[in-house]
Amino acid sequence: MHPFGDTITDTDIRALFNAAHGWEARYKALIKLAKQLPTLAEEHRVEANAIHGCESQAWLLSEQDEKGVWQFHCDSDARIVKGLMAVVLAALSNKTAADIAAFDMEAYFEELQLLNHLSPSRGNGLRAVVEAIKTKAES
Amino acid sequence: MIPVSAHSTDRHMAPDILTLRRDFPTLAQIVNGHPLVYLDNAATTQKPQVVLDALNHYYRDTNANVHRASHALSGQATRAFEQARIKLQRFINAPAPEQLIWTRGTTEAINLVAYSFGMHRLKADDEILISTLEHHANIVPWQQVAAATGARIRVIPLMPTGDLDMQAAAQLINSRTRLLAIGQVSNALGVVNPVKQLIALARTVGAVTLVDGAQAMGHLPVDVQELDCDFYAFSGHKMYGPTGIGGLYGKRELLEQMPPWQTGGEMVSHVSFEQTRFNRLPFKFEAGTPNIAGAIALGAAVDYLSGLNRTLLAQHEHSLLDALVTGLEAMPGVRIIGRPYVRVGAVSFVVEEVHPQDLATLLDMQGIALRTGHHCAMPLMQALGLEQGTIRASVAFYNTHEEIAALLAGIHKAREFF
Repeated sequence: MHPFGDTITDTDIRALFNAAHGWEARYKALIKLAKQLPTLAEEHRVEANAIHGCESQAWLLSEQDEKGVWQFHCDSDARIVKGLMAVVLAALSNKTAADIAAFDMEAYFEELQLLNHLSPSRGNGLRAVVEAIKTKAES
Repeated sequence: MIPVSAHSTDRHMAPDILTLRRDFPTLAQIVNGHPLVYLDNAATTQKPQVVLDALNHYYRDTNANVHRASHALSGQATRAFEQARIKLQRFINAPAPEQLIWTRGTTEAINLVAYSFGMHRLKADDEILISTLEHHANIVPWQQVAAATGARIRVIPLMPTGDLDMQAAAQLINSRTRLLAIGQVSNALGVVNPVKQLIALARTVGAVTLVDGAQAMGHLPVDVQELDCDFYAFSGHKMYGPTGIGGLYGKRELLEQMPPWQTGGEMVSHVSFEQTRFNRLPFKFEAGTPNIAGAIALGAAVDYLSGLNRTLLAQHEHSLLDALVTGLEAMPGVRIIGRPYVRVGAVSFVVEEVHPQDLATLLDMQGIALRTGHHCAMPLMQALGLEQGTIRASVAFYNTHEEIAALLAGIHKAREFF
């Protein structure tokens, strides 16, 4: 388990980044968030869970409980990518499919001043992670 | 004070790089709040104003198809297009302009040889010799040839310095070797390969030779007759020209024997519904309307380069790379990948505990552009045991020592984040 979407919500993330002045503070915050997202066990870092489109390696695990709430867990070997994943999980994990579909990821990343990372041309694959989560929740 | 003209004789004076930089409009901009430090030149170089002017002039004033209509603009376009071919021919010292075929770039040039020569002339158990340093563009087409013909790919291994193991190369070249396809300069590590020596070795067993010159043309004087290669492939956009244009030089006898690869208009001399007679060289390999503007603008890039003292500029690039290597060596936890005997263009490195992509992101925030990852050379990264790839800084003559210092300071700053 991890705290994102549970004890750390998108509201907390917005507050954290609103208080962070300058790019240095924002990226330090991302790296700190990455440390709060536990490493996935080796058995889960497999091709079946891999997210492609990343220059770094990235994995996504998902499960849905009996109440229809989705839990997601991500990992990456790059720290900033992992921090960005934590930001996404704070918004989309521990949520229902309807909540996930309704969430405006673009507006969220724009508010955090991290929108450039969501660009399809960016090599970090964050967009692929968001799309994989949305696809999973729709299934 | 500005000994950048081709006839300057004072080799001790540094070229006035700041003046030269003004020829490149892209360089003068602010990225993420910092002056752009562009160190991704092995991916593509910036373009001088004369190249932009040539593109603009062609579309504004000339735009017409080549070798066809009998009107004034078509005549102008054809003359400029063929003039550009002659400029490139002279630039690489090819014996005749028709031995230079326009392609979209190095990749298409290598594919042309793979499909038009490799697929027809190679057979089961023939060997194609490449090296561990190759870019995917000089691996994957040969894998297709091998799969279709039963030929085998053999790979020259590296020494710990990143240089090719020439003893191993000499052993690998044998009577079954039909083709040597080798990069002149490694895009990933900046290693300059002894291509002339390899070509001579290949020649002793009658193998055909292809040089991937993508990373060489912007940095080194290239003389295809001196190299004595059968084919030489290059890209315009890595030598200050536009994207989507490049070329293939070939020896006449081989080009004459090879069947066309792509077919259609332009490459034919007579078509009936029963049969087609193919056009002469170089047109039989240039099906369809070519990249006319691109070729003319690449000719302008060659004019621009020829007007500079390239020896001095090469020395300047060399001193930039020396400064970078020295600066990186002084940083604990930084490992330079490859210590080649001769280096051109690029330095690859890794930083302990910092993922290359994280470092590139933090450098980008400081306005520093460089490349991270496998550099389209995954087999090389596997051979080096670098699963996460490397950070690669690659220079052009318009880079400055201040920019190298900015990169070193940027790395230092990025490391404080972890």
